[in-house]
Amino acid sequence: MAEETRSTLRHTTTEPTGIDDEDRLALADEPRDGADRPGRDVAERGLEDLRRHLAPIETERQVTDWGRSERVEGFFDKTLYDFYYNLWFRCEVEGIEHVPAEGGALLVSNHSGALPPDAPMIAKAIKEEHPHPRPLHLTVENFFKGYPGLSMLLPKIGGVTAHPANVHRLLCDEQQLVLVFPEGRKGTEKLFKDRYRLRRFGRGGFVEAAMRARAPIVPIAVVGAEEAMPIFAHVPALQRLTGLIYFPITPTFPHLGLLGALAYLPAKFKIRFLPPVATDDLGNEPWEDQALVQTIAHDIRATIQDELLDMLGKRKSVWFG
Amino acid sequence: MTSRRILITGLSTYWGGRLAQALEQDPEIETVIGIDRRPPKLALERTEFVQVSDAHSLIRRIVDAAEIDTIVDTRLVVDSIVTSRARAHENNVIGTMNVLAAAGGPSSPVRKLVFKSSARYYGAEQDDPAFFTEDMRRPHPPRTPIERDICEAEANVRDFRHRNPETTVTVLRFANALGPDLRTSWQTYLGLPVIPTILGFDPRVQFLHEDDMANCLEHAVKYDLDGIFNCAADGVLVLSEVIDLLGKAMAPVLPPWGTGLAVQAARRAGLPIQPEMLPQLRFGRALDNRRYKATGFVYQHTTRETVLRLREQQRLEPILRGVTGSSYRYEAAVEEFLRFSPSVHQPNTRPQLTPENSAPRSRAAAPPATAELTDGTAAAAPAPTPYAALPAREILAVLPSLSAEDLRALREHEAANASRQTVLRGIDRLLDRASASAH
Repeated sequence: MAEETRSTLRHTTTEPTGIDDEDRLALADEPRDGADRPGRDVAERGLEDLRRHLAPIETERQVTDWGRSERVEGFFDKTLYDFYYNLWFRCEVEGIEHVPAEGGALLVSNHSGALPPDAPMIAKAIKEEHPHPRPLHLTVENFFKGYPGLSMLLPKIGGVTAHPANVHRLLCDEQQLVLVFPEGRKGTEKLFKDRYRLRRFGRGGFVEAAMRARAPIVPIAVVGAEEAMPIFAHVPALQRLTGLIYFPITPTFPHLGLLGALAYLPAKFKIRFLPPVATDDLGNEPWEDQALVQTIAHDIRATIQDELLDMLGKRKSVWFG
Repeated sequence: MTSRRILITGLSTYWGGRLAQALEQDPEIETVIGIDRRPPKLALERTEFVQVSDAHSLIRRIVDAAEIDTIVDTRLVVDSIVTSRARAHENNVIGTMNVLAAAGGPSSPVRKLVFKSSARYYGAEQDDPAFFTEDMRRPHPPRTPIERDICEAEANVRDFRHRNPETTVTVLRFANALGPDLRTSWQTYLGLPVIPTILGFDPRVQFLHEDDMANCLEHAVKYDLDGIFNCAADGVLVLSEVIDLLGKAMAPVLPPWGTGLAVQAARRAGLPIQPEMLPQLRFGRALDNRRYKATGFVYQHTTRETVLRLREQQRLEPILRGVTGSSYRYEAAVEEFLRFSPSVHQPNTRPQLTPENSAPRSRAAAPPATAELTDGTAAAAPAPTPYAALPAREILAVLPSLSAEDLRALREHEAANASRQTVLRGIDRLLDRASASAH
């Protein structure tokens, strides 16, 4: 498992895998073509060109430039994620072939649960089921970058601040998989009575990011996360006191303390990856067309909502699927 | 290459001196003139030093009289340990204004301005992107006086660029530099025996080696690069990784709330944490360095290698105490005599004051690597050092990575040429070990 994490974390399409020191030197000394003559006006060349100037990977390092640590991630993967994925939530995955084996892709999913378990389960699903497992970067709100502890932990396990420049660099320059939850906080803080009713999909920023990177969008529908940690009420006073984004009452929190925050109910998880939506055939600079961006964002939201209702209609039991 | 007559403002700063040393090795460059309030701290061969304040009328007279075509402004104070707040402001804002006033105007001979700025321009905030690119503006107003100064100075440079469209303006934003000869707040901070960090935060940090910093400036002088460029080494580390590489202990003792107050109290007790470091210790900062690399610049060190060099230096510090440091003192009369007296027949060469056994310093004192890059073709891939010129310990360092066949070939080559006993013995030992493990 450790070996596998290692290899997946190192994978980029711009560099050969298992790149070693000599290769790195060789790459640095590679003769460059005329476009790279010193002194040539950089403005003439597009950003596209800059891709090959990405820093080569240093094999001695355990932490990537994004702050992702294969040691910490591997530890979580082997213990917590493995337990939840296989035993607790008994995840069932459909349509894993819709996740491209190479190139950048933007994964878009519904979001739920007070401490949402959907992101790690989607990451684990790709690791377990995909014929060509790849690391998944998940975008997190920048609130977490400012919160002690979480700010340390989240980047180590693949969290990246949700900034358009970050998503663009990952999708376009580094050709990685990025998972976004366009509902954001509105998805996770919704009460149990509103379960499986998708919130507004942000302002369509995720579509714009995918268009700019010419990366496909893969919608994902996740069933089970809503019941794993339902929120019955919010306590605004305690939210202000702790400085968290919300302070929920769940079946286990806060009366079981911090441990309760990790105690999910054993709902049956179903993750369905849907056919990718291409964004590279929409003409020149489609992100300038706000109507188009909003239409696509709306379509993707509707697709996920329909799929959720379909999965829920076929579900016999919350706990056994 | 258009730069032949160069004025360096801030010659007595470390990078000003390093740049002058590098430029005076280049026969293409006719004149290097350096100005500063204080005499230079590094030994120079043909650079002419003029001790002036940065009053613009005086600079203008020098510029016109010497027909300066390129001004390199290395004067910006980006670290509050260097000088007092008032002096820093005077230097950064008023000084920059004066230098720009001296460089601008329709009758000015100046065709190019290289301005050394700092990555502190971007600040470090919660909603920052993971990698800053050159066209990003800082999302929030500056927090500390130094950052305010940098933003104001850059705004002045932007204005200058608008008013003088024919002048090439290069702005280099440098990441935090580390190196044996520097004194920066990060260097002092990382020199502490136990390194205090903010509880619950592990920021991403990026450094630049002092040699690369000097090379970056030289690259900007040699080629006309119009625009703003980030200069930072490849690779971004997290602070815990840096502390680990340095072999030190990490002490997450600074409280996550009320950090400013705690640090203020700690500073009074002697803990060297500057206020402008705090946001970086919390949120970290990294630059996208690809734009400068696309102009053909090659960094000699990654961030990790820079930190490893710092470790070497920190280990040598207690041994070399008193030996290193600037034993050079600028004597105006002597320097003038050596440059201009008709009695001087030998070329004035820089004295080598460095003790042979100190690895990091000997590297710094040796002519910088870019001295070889006088022709444009070599800049993309620096000319490899001839094998015979490599010191034995560098060869020994790479030996373990070679295969047995290569080792044998190398042994023959070494025996035929330089025949250094240490190298031959090192190869023999490795070959013995390889054959022993094979049986």
